[in-house]
Amino acid sequence: MSSSTDILQVKDLEMHFPVRGGILNRVQSKVHALNGVSFSLKKGEVLGVVGESGCGKSTLGKCLIRLHSPTAGSILFEGEELTGLSHGELMPYRKRIQMIFQDPYSSLNPRMTVRQALREVALFHQVPTPFGMNAYIEELVQRVGLRVDAVDKFPHEFSGGQRQRIGIARALACNPDVLVADEPVSALDVSIQAQVLNLLMDLKDEFGLTLVFVSHDLKVIEHFCDRVLVMYLGNVVEELSCDDLHKNAAHPYTKALLGANPINDPDDRRPLIVLQGDVPSPFVLPPGCAFAGRCPVAEAKCHTDRPRLERKSVDHPVSCWLVD
Amino acid sequence: MSKTKTKPVLEVRNLSTCFKTDQGVVTAIDDVSFDLYPGETLGIVGESGCGKTVTSKSIMRLLPEHLSFQKPESRVMYGGLNLAAATEAEMRTVRGDKIAMIFQEPMTSLNPVFKIGAQLEEALSYHTDLDRKARRQRAIDMLRQVEMPEPERRVDEYPHQLSGGMRQRVMIAMALCCEPEVLIADEPTTALDVTIQAQILDLMEGLKNKFNTAIMLITHDLGVVAQICDRVMVMYAGRVIEVASVRDLFHNPQHPYTQALLRSIPKSGGRQKGERLPTIKGIVPSLFNLPPGCRFQDRCEYREERCVRDEPLLEQHGNRSYRCHLPLGGAQ
Ligand SMILES: Nc1ncnc2c1ncn2[C@@H]1O[C@H](COP(=O)(O)OP(=O)(O)OP(=O)(O)O)[C@@H](O)[C@H]1O
Ligand SMILES: Nc1ncnc2c1ncn2[C@@H]1O[C@H](COP(=O)(O)OP(=O)(O)OP(=O)(O)O)[C@@H](O)[C@H]1O
Ligand SMILES: [Mg+2]
Ligand SMILES: [Mg+2]
Repeated sequence: MSSSTDILQVKDLEMHFPVRGGILNRVQSKVHALNGVSFSLKKGEVLGVVGESGCGKSTLGKCLIRLHSPTAGSILFEGEELTGLSHGELMPYRKRIQMIFQDPYSSLNPRMTVRQALREVALFHQVPTPFGMNAYIEELVQRVGLRVDAVDKFPHEFSGGQRQRIGIARALACNPDVLVADEPVSALDVSIQAQVLNLLMDLKDEFGLTLVFVSHDLKVIEHFCDRVLVMYLGNVVEELSCDDLHKNAAHPYTKALLGANPINDPDDRRPLIVLQGDVPSPFVLPPGCAFAGRCPVAEAKCHTDRPRLERKSVDHPVSCWLVD
Repeated sequence: MSKTKTKPVLEVRNLSTCFKTDQGVVTAIDDVSFDLYPGETLGIVGESGCGKTVTSKSIMRLLPEHLSFQKPESRVMYGGLNLAAATEAEMRTVRGDKIAMIFQEPMTSLNPVFKIGAQLEEALSYHTDLDRKARRQRAIDMLRQVEMPEPERRVDEYPHQLSGGMRQRVMIAMALCCEPEVLIADEPTTALDVTIQAQILDLMEGLKNKFNTAIMLITHDLGVVAQICDRVMVMYAGRVIEVASVRDLFHNPQHPYTQALLRSIPKSGGRQKGERLPTIKGIVPSLFNLPPGCRFQDRCEYREERCVRDEPLLEQHGNRSYRCHLPLGGAQ
């Protein structure tokens, strides 16, 4: 799967968060946020990431930009290993791999106007601004669908979706090569959402921007991404092409996701499909398949033996005992 | 619909909220009026920044008073009390207990320095007379109901240790634990995968069936609207521009903005690689510089001279209303 044209190669990535407690505040257990995630990405490719809330999508993104130091595994960026690098050594890469954060509110400085925040990023990364800083900032703000007069406002003066777009503008301010976008359009109405997706598509076509695109909206993933990673409890359970998502989906969790996607027609109302069973614990991983407890087709073996991610056909790995 | 014959639980009339900013005063929502009936789910949709959150926070009187004010004619009638003019003490008996709200950005309303269990227990101490131990148990039960994995452990975690969707579910648990008469849910499921979303929507339906709770559901997901709302209110640039039953709205929108919004939904299947998505061209007018006529005029493909001159009123037509000189018509 990996080849020399890959801009990013991630192998067996693990991230475990220690949980402290008790009077001595000792490490009592750990959250297994990522348990061996592997994938590779070609320049200009768009990789979708879907998965249950809490399965490690944001953690994966934060490891890629090295906001977290992964517990184990490797991240190769243009063949260069990022995991062991020190703060200083990472500097040249920071500019090239950027992230749009899921929660724009906590990632924007409340005391800085949009102009100040964007100027700071552009100066820090020494972005060339041939027509001047102000022109650069105003252009960016307009590209994410905000009015020019937004530049002199503070974060609290915006609506949720407007703040999200400021986060997008900030991530784009230093012209990254790889953009990790964590739910970038979920707070936006469909029209602005389309506008932002079109913008990302243009950047991809014009500058070969490579994207890791986390989203819960399968309609968006299907439209926008080339391939999709389906995650469950810190593992990839399926990786497939988006061309025929509905036809090719093999893992029961992927199928459950597709089945629970609400349909845009009030005359075609379906009962809410609520999966039975408990959500597994990330503190103590279950011995078998993590999805077995909620899986509608699980068999005895699924509860006791952990399936491995295996190629079911060309470029279509699935981790499930019941798929062949 | 028979529901319209019962008395609304919430009557919002001429609600206008203004912010004082460095550039002057802006009217973020302008003359918003609508009814909410017991046991119904009213969807609220509209372009980002159109005033959905400000409408809900104004009802709850949760906007900072030094930065914002409601115009004097604003009324929000709830059980004989005008919330727009109620005292802070009166509001405290209503907030959380009778009218609960799930916030769009969980981090703005969860306190980062307290464990989530403590925050849930505090809410319970206001609204129930459970003792300490029972409150903790109830908090754990609520977390389990919103599908939080290992709720016994999670109660002792801080917000930053949770994923985005888990924080959102803590908020939902907090709002549901008081069995409110009105639930205002601002994007309650945006950070959740669709299987957990189904679980949360199911919980909200349960609340509706058990306690006849009225739900105001703010969402950008028109699939969710189609599946669970009874009526829908569409807002644009601080104005209500259309209110209709969910079927009328989807099949027969009257306002050109509603139509354009529905057209922007990405279609499932039949994907063309690299195909651009339809958008609504142009941009919303600045709240500082609103045109004299219809607020959608610049972007409207049907615009005529009077649309530029006079702003249309929100008028009732049968059991729906819209604010347009040139409604789209079509089969009713
Ligand atoms: N800083 C942290 N400290 C401790 N645990 C953490 C931390 N950040 C994340 N976790 C845990 O790691 C797991 C994965 O979290 P993550 O935020 O990556 O999930 P996610 O897939 O992005 O979910 P969502 O869709 O809800 O945003 C969760 O169990 C979470 O509680
Ligand atoms: N504190 C504030 N000061 C000044 N303007 C504000 C303030 N809060 C909100 N606004 C403005 O009021 C308008 C309505 O905001 P609101 O948050 O209600 O939008 P929304 O419909 O909820 O949007 P979204 O879908 O993006 O959450 C926006 O244009 C916003 O910029
Ligand atoms: Mg996340
Ligand atoms: Mg909002």
